[in-house]
Amino acid sequence: MDLDLEELYQTVVLDHSRKPRNFGPLADATVTVSGDNPTCGDEIALSLRLDSATDRLEAVGFTGSGCSICMASTSLMTTKIKGKTRAEATALLADFQGMITGQTPAAEAPKTLGDLRLLNGVAKFPQRIKCATLGWHALKGALAESAPVNFSLDNHDGSKS
Amino acid sequence: MHDFAKHAPAGTDWAALRRDFPILDQQVHGQPLVYLDSAASSQRPRAVIDAISHYYEHDHSNVHRGIHELSNRATTAYEAARVRTAAFLNARTPNEIVFTKGTTESINLVATSWGSQHVKAGDTILLTELEHHANIIPWQLLAARTGAKLVYIPVLGDSGVLDLSRLDELLTPAVKIFSLVHISNTMGTINPVAELCARARALGVMTLVDAAQSAGHLPLDVQSLGCDFLVFSGHKILGPTGTGVLYGREEVFATMPPYQGGGEMIVRVDWQESKFKPAPHGFEAGTPHVAGAVGLHAAMDYLDNVGRQNIFDHDRDLAAYAYTRLSELGGIRLFGPGTDRAGLVSFTMDDVHAHDIVTMADQHGVALRGGHHCNQPLHRKLGVPSSARASFYFYNTRDEVDTLIEVVEKIRAFFNR
Repeated sequence: MDLDLEELYQTVVLDHSRKPRNFGPLADATVTVSGDNPTCGDEIALSLRLDSATDRLEAVGFTGSGCSICMASTSLMTTKIKGKTRAEATALLADFQGMITGQTPAAEAPKTLGDLRLLNGVAKFPQRIKCATLGWHALKGALAESAPVNFSLDNHDGSKS
Repeated sequence: MHDFAKHAPAGTDWAALRRDFPILDQQVHGQPLVYLDSAASSQRPRAVIDAISHYYEHDHSNVHRGIHELSNRATTAYEAARVRTAAFLNARTPNEIVFTKGTTESINLVATSWGSQHVKAGDTILLTELEHHANIIPWQLLAARTGAKLVYIPVLGDSGVLDLSRLDELLTPAVKIFSLVHISNTMGTINPVAELCARARALGVMTLVDAAQSAGHLPLDVQSLGCDFLVFSGHKILGPTGTGVLYGREEVFATMPPYQGGGEMIVRVDWQESKFKPAPHGFEAGTPHVAGAVGLHAAMDYLDNVGRQNIFDHDRDLAAYAYTRLSELGGIRLFGPGTDRAGLVSFTMDDVHAHDIVTMADQHGVALRGGHHCNQPLHRKLGVPSSARASFYFYNTRDEVDTLIEVVEKIRAFFNR
């Protein structure tokens, strides 16, 4: 099997895509943001329960369906942001975006990303970057000060049938 | 059961035809390219590329307005392409051929121009659930402008076949236009368009046939189909991108107001109002895609040289072979009819998303389409967000189908490890 593919679909990534963590609706969510990727039909709804006193994400949940990269990335994200403050989650978001778009070389990806670094192989597959970032766009919307807005990722691939 | 012993008709050297397509002779990700995405866009033979180059190197100028030699040549070439297209479709006259940017613009032209004249509040526009977005959205826009409503002939689930038992109930004199796809780009269904157009005509209902997936694959005769409009794109039939055809019956074109205004489409312009040319030029405002028409002409010549029935038999043989091989694998959900299918196969794999299939296949040199193929509502009805599609043309081979099957098996093994 091709090395780039092995890097893209690592064991941990496949495990998270098959058994996504924090998957399911979240009771008492304080915010929910839905997003979809119209190119492939992937849909993710991310819910957070934010403790206003501590500004921490005390619970996280997501529902929806998507490809293995989308599901694994969102699942790994939820495991990393649970218990974090809003500022910490925002910093993680920036670090992940840097890695996944290839702006930060894979070797320099911050250690705080943990297992999320296993997704750095996605940078070699430009058509799949949106798959990896769908859940993160939802997080960005959920962390924003303004009212949450559901969104649709732009279709840049231009593919027609 | 499909007869796989039956190969291409004697006398066709398919391997030699394949060598006419320079782009196919390359490696992708270190593997020989296996291009199975011709339903999205076909590739071009050397003859088409050369025709376009020759035009730009020797004959280019603007059309219909110059007196000089090059303008004369360009005009002659452009109008010759129109005559060729009329012959390609067996239209009664070249005046029934309007050149557009593609299938999408052709349908928008009809929905905008014909629709504004003939569709009003309460009218019905009849479509099928197999339609490409390009044959849904222009009608939605028209419905929103006029207050008309859209009604769809349903699809019978995974079979991809239209539920024609509902036809009497849905195709009524309240329908102003019945716009339907000839070959489904997701299901591979071949709709009985001649029969359906005859039913519509008997009720005085206008018909539009979306031939995007059929024009380059089988012989088309607009007179025997009996449609009022027929549309297709050049880039799916070996021609240039940005070219398309709108066939319309001459007497129908005569009832339609202009679509876009500008140069070329006028008889006389005054400060406050103008007089317009009849079809086809009245629907071709601005400098047209002359080089595109030249390339399209060469593409039609090429196709008819191979023989469209010959091509159809070849494509169908490959699709039937692929369908059978995929169905033998297990864990594969196949869409569309098991028999009488056109040259494409869409499928999903247990637990493996179409995007993952397409990325993995691409790394093995196999180009598939993954997604909703511009059939979102249909995929929603089928209960899948997306599917993978292999589509075939006469330059594809059985060896390439075998490669596809090997790759699909590898993908499954990889995700089940």
